[in-house]
Amino acid sequence: MGDVEFKSLLKKAKLRLLRMHYESKVGHIGGNLSSLDAILYLHLFAMKNDDLFVLSKGHSAGALYVALWMAGKLDEGDLEKFHRDGTRIAGHPTGGWHPGIRFSTGSLGHGLGLSAGAALARKIKAAPGKVFCLLSDGEWNEGSNWEALIFLAHQKLDNLTLLIDANGLQGFGGTSEVATLEPLAEKFRTFALDVREVDGHDHAALALALAAQATLPKVIIMRTVKGKGVSFMENRMEWHYLPMTEEQYKKAVEEVTAP
Amino acid sequence: MRDAVCKALVGLCVERKFAFFTGDLGFMALEPLRDAMGGMFINAGVAEQNMVSVAAGVASEGMQAWVYSIAPFVYARPLEQIRNDICSHGFDVKLVGNGGGYAYGSMGATHHAIEDYGLMLPLQGMRVFVPVFTEDVDAVVRKVSHTYGPAYLRLGRGEKPAGFAIPPYAPWRKVLDGGGPALLAVGPLCGGYIGPLLKLEEKSRPQLWALAELPLATSPPPDEFIARVEKGDALFVAEEHVIQGSAGQAVAYHLMNAGVRCRRFAHFHAAGYPSGLYGSQSFHRSESGIGPDSVIRKIADKMRTDG
Repeated sequence: MGDVEFKSLLKKAKLRLLRMHYESKVGHIGGNLSSLDAILYLHLFAMKNDDLFVLSKGHSAGALYVALWMAGKLDEGDLEKFHRDGTRIAGHPTGGWHPGIRFSTGSLGHGLGLSAGAALARKIKAAPGKVFCLLSDGEWNEGSNWEALIFLAHQKLDNLTLLIDANGLQGFGGTSEVATLEPLAEKFRTFALDVREVDGHDHAALALALAAQATLPKVIIMRTVKGKGVSFMENRMEWHYLPMTEEQYKKAVEEVTAP
Repeated sequence: MRDAVCKALVGLCVERKFAFFTGDLGFMALEPLRDAMGGMFINAGVAEQNMVSVAAGVASEGMQAWVYSIAPFVYARPLEQIRNDICSHGFDVKLVGNGGGYAYGSMGATHHAIEDYGLMLPLQGMRVFVPVFTEDVDAVVRKVSHTYGPAYLRLGRGEKPAGFAIPPYAPWRKVLDGGGPALLAVGPLCGGYIGPLLKLEEKSRPQLWALAELPLATSPPPDEFIARVEKGDALFVAEEHVIQGSAGQAVAYHLMNAGVRCRRFAHFHAAGYPSGLYGSQSFHRSESGIGPDSVIRKIADKMRTDG
């Protein structure tokens, strides 16, 4: 799968994501655009049938729904009901009805413990399949994540991969302004984890990091851009919240469509 | 009851596969279970939020998971993990809280569990088990294990008087007959009432019932109990739990909905820390007015003044 092919798929996914959020008048688009590349790559190319994906940063639900749609696992009718009355795809994932959406997430700091449990059970049962957990960077303010990190490192859950969407922005400020987390990689390395840092919008780098053999639980810190691909959204905190106006939507589509 | 739970689970792990997590507690108690379960016994460390999430993740893979700690550390600290990770998915996770009510006595308020089932019962699909006697534990553990879904098991200290013959385990049991009004007690508190009640004349003493399971939607009161309430036109409920979210509230609501006539009702419940002082379990029961002498006296007063 070459760069051109992935970029074409990503463009299609991004346009569907923008339309879905625009039509439903839903915010959170910034963090969806920072994580879409990774979620899409995982669902189309990296994950196998037995693998499990856990979206700990549940506010990127739109990116997950679109990736499942691109993989042929959600239909158009589901996407059209996004965030509306009678939907199965709410603003944050509600688990249990779809094999690709096992857990209800959205309250930060839950997905990693759940992922560790699933990975542990697979170890106990000698069952196949890896577990991939996508977290935000601001989510590392949550103490429960550090509890989970201690646990998964101690249990040597090498069937678990953490992907961190490090876009540098959180709810009411930059991550460096709210609670200093960096150097994240150094911190994780002290837990005896296999830590890698990549450009989260470089699918080839992501592919290499995912494919690398690891004897320890793997952490991939993905340096990303909030609102990636839409100039007026990039690195802007307000796109954690705002729905798009018609004018903004048209401009976003124009930019994403441009060659 | 902790040793009885350990023994029951040792037996159970031979029959079925489950994972057991402890929040770094169980020294000089859970070693037999650790030895019997091997790698399925996991000390998750002093990290209860993660322990509950991990247990939910394990259950999501089709394996039952048990989680053990001192009661408030298993229901209060990880409340959101219980709500979101276990109950919203209906996962088969069993929470075991040791030291229900004021059982940890002088260890202090942080170790007490006087609002536990009131916090658990509103959660989706959660069932609560409060064994009354140590002899109940094996049956309760088996029932919990074979009832799929979230459960909270509140452990206390068995208080059955020596030589007293208890009826076999049931969610509702008539423990002691009497010609007086119905007295319903929740969990081990019931055992402490037996001795003092036995000293009273049978024809006038309260009829003692024990409640061991909630909610009432899945464990409704039996007809015999309701008949007793109607006949005596009175009901007294005692429990080592605060009034909000209590069994007393649930029973009153249930009987009102069922149109049961009951003119005299009193609820004896945990009052928190009215004096600001701390002591043994019996000290706190006494302060709350749920000790046997206080309850028997108040029932007699109520029957006399409202008669």
